[in-house]
Amino acid sequence: MSDFTSGFWNWYIVLITVLGIAGCAILLWSQSKHKVRIGEDGQPEKTTGHVWDEDLTELNTPMPRWWMGLFYLTIVFAVVYLVLYPGLGSYAGKLGWKSGGAYQLEVRQANADYGPLFDKYLKQDIKMVARDPQAHAIGERLFLNYCAQCHGSDARGNKGYPNLTDKDWLYGGEPSVIKETIMKGRNGQMPPMGAALGSDRDVENVAHYVRSLSGLTADPVKVAFGKPKFGACAACHGLEAHGNPALGAPNLTDKVWLYGGSAETIMETIRKGRNNTMPAWGEFLGEGKAHVLAAYVWSLSNDPNAPEAAK
Amino acid sequence: MNGPEPVLKEAVIRMYAAREEIHPREVKGRYAASRWACVWLTQVLFYGLPWVRWNGRQAVLFDLGARKFHLFGLVLWPQDFIYLAGLLIICAYGLFLVTTVAGRMWCGYACPQTVYTEIFLWIERRIEGNRSARIRLDRQPWTAQKLGKRGAKHLAWGAVALWTGFSFVGYFTPVRQLGHEALGFSLGPWEAFWVLFYAFATYGNAGWMREQVCKYMCPYARFQSAMFDRDTLIVSYDAARGDCIDCSMCVQVCPTGIDIRRGLQYECIGCAACIDACDSVMDKVNKPRGLIRYATENALSGGWSAAQVRRRLLRPRVIGYGLVFFAIAAAFSGALALRTPLKLDVIRDRGAMGREVDDGMIENVYRLQIMNTAEREHLYRLHVDGIATASIADEDLVELAGASTRAVPVRVRVQPGRAAGGSHPIRFTVSALDDPSLRVSEKAVFIIPK
Repeated sequence: MSDFTSGFWNWYIVLITVLGIAGCAILLWSQSKHKVRIGEDGQPEKTTGHVWDEDLTELNTPMPRWWMGLFYLTIVFAVVYLVLYPGLGSYAGKLGWKSGGAYQLEVRQANADYGPLFDKYLKQDIKMVARDPQAHAIGERLFLNYCAQCHGSDARGNKGYPNLTDKDWLYGGEPSVIKETIMKGRNGQMPPMGAALGSDRDVENVAHYVRSLSGLTADPVKVAFGKPKFGACAACHGLEAHGNPALGAPNLTDKVWLYGGSAETIMETIRKGRNNTMPAWGEFLGEGKAHVLAAYVWSLSNDPNAPEAAK
Repeated sequence: MNGPEPVLKEAVIRMYAAREEIHPREVKGRYAASRWACVWLTQVLFYGLPWVRWNGRQAVLFDLGARKFHLFGLVLWPQDFIYLAGLLIICAYGLFLVTTVAGRMWCGYACPQTVYTEIFLWIERRIEGNRSARIRLDRQPWTAQKLGKRGAKHLAWGAVALWTGFSFVGYFTPVRQLGHEALGFSLGPWEAFWVLFYAFATYGNAGWMREQVCKYMCPYARFQSAMFDRDTLIVSYDAARGDCIDCSMCVQVCPTGIDIRRGLQYECIGCAACIDACDSVMDKVNKPRGLIRYATENALSGGWSAAQVRRRLLRPRVIGYGLVFFAIAAAFSGALALRTPLKLDVIRDRGAMGREVDDGMIENVYRLQIMNTAEREHLYRLHVDGIATASIADEDLVELAGASTRAVPVRVRVQPGRAAGGSHPIRFTVSALDDPSLRVSEKAVFIIPK
């Protein structure tokens, strides 16, 4: 694709560049010689003949010739550069160099340098990787680089971003599932349920019922009215409200709230729904880094050296 | 504009002139000996330093890849760049001071351009002979003998230049490994480039360019006249003595091809070769030395004694440069000596202002970037203060290997109700358990949601 909207600009740039270089060459050549008068002694005068303010004359003190050579070298450099690299309008240059290509080259180099290290871990079970102190240090750095923006440096999350250090998992906490979450991302959707439940009062009743599931203070009358309405929620959260990891539907009985557990917040969640996205990191990080990251995240809520984990 | 004049004759002149080869005659004397002492001193240092070992590694290594500069026991990180700036300022004022007192001392004795030109000239003399032999050789047609001499000279120059380039790169990449790679012709592309580039620069500047570097390329040569005054020591010809026998020795030994008898010229690098040459001639004709000597303009015009010259040493310009030089040098040494090899940066997590945890405590999250710039590992304790009841909710002991960095996520908790809502200044302190002097603090902010 051309960088310009019209071919005119291509030629505009080309012309200015070429004329500029040619102009430099002509200037150099024309200024390397000078006509002076022959003095009375038969020798050329020592001045250039330029006189200002009646008697201020410019002496001719020649510059070293190699200096002029350097000037011509800059012109040669410019021509060679413009043949090899992009610069002359939309001409791409013989080497086909691109800034994006330079970046990819560095990424390839980094992958070649660090690839073997991650390949070594990739051959190991994630729980085994979690016991490796070096892998833990790498995982911590990767986490701080890529995950901490949303989940926090301490991995304890934020409103809308899950805490990764508790035993509560939306999609499951097995190492392989964590890795899948990192690789493919997650898209958690709770549709707006206000209309399905009925009136605002129904929504409030269900909210109180949901709070009662976690043993939080709730109005018993509203709980009683809300309980039968919960059927609309059970499709995803289950009749027992224990959630469904296949859908990423949260357990509503464990006091863990992604957006907050106050009645107002729960009502807002019910009325407006929630849309939650964890981006897919597989393509960006590659499987090796995702593997090490999964081990790190798993170790935040599990003791990798515990006997049952070491099986 | 002048009025119209009849143009009689014109000639075309060149605005650029070819360099005229200068063949300086070899000179012996106390100043030449001083210069050779400088050559030995600087070059033993330059070629030798990369091979010195310290604590099982290269003593002086500027590891650009790892961004760590090792100077014996000192490890400098990019954060220590200020020391490099300090060093450059000290060098600059050192030059100013010396130049004000004694002119172009640096140029004449210690500048790499002078030092390598001296080495290359020495090689040239051993192979092609003395000044007159070299001038003859220049005029000769290209015989096999001339080809042999020139070839041998350039080979020898090239060897010295390559060794110089190799030593230079040896400061940036471990020199022993570099040596193995060079012997096996397996240098990396950048190492090969810099070895060859630095070798080429040495060969070109000391073999071919020589005085052209001083006359046309060196910026220092251009602005140092600003530091000269009538009490600055310069290489001077005492015309009033009238002892000159016109032997032209001073011209023949001059590496920049000038005649010092025409007074101070910008080409003069203050090498004093003409003083040595003239002194030896004066000795032979039984006249007192010092027809050409280090003297100040005032001393020459007033016929001052050495004591009178020395009395002008403490003039405002010298005192000014001296004070600045010693003040900066003292501040630099002090800062370097008192430097704590431990650094701390605190980055507050921006995702959340603050949160309430189970027991009602208010919690903020920080990332502590701890840099152990010492050579060995240390165990550090983290501490926070500045707000009542503030405490660290995580492991407060952190171990760092020598010359390493670690980012540590830290949660700080404050009991509710002890401070008003809003932001409060707090302070993190990291201190080594085994060394109380290893201790740094950094400010941060604790936010209590309103």
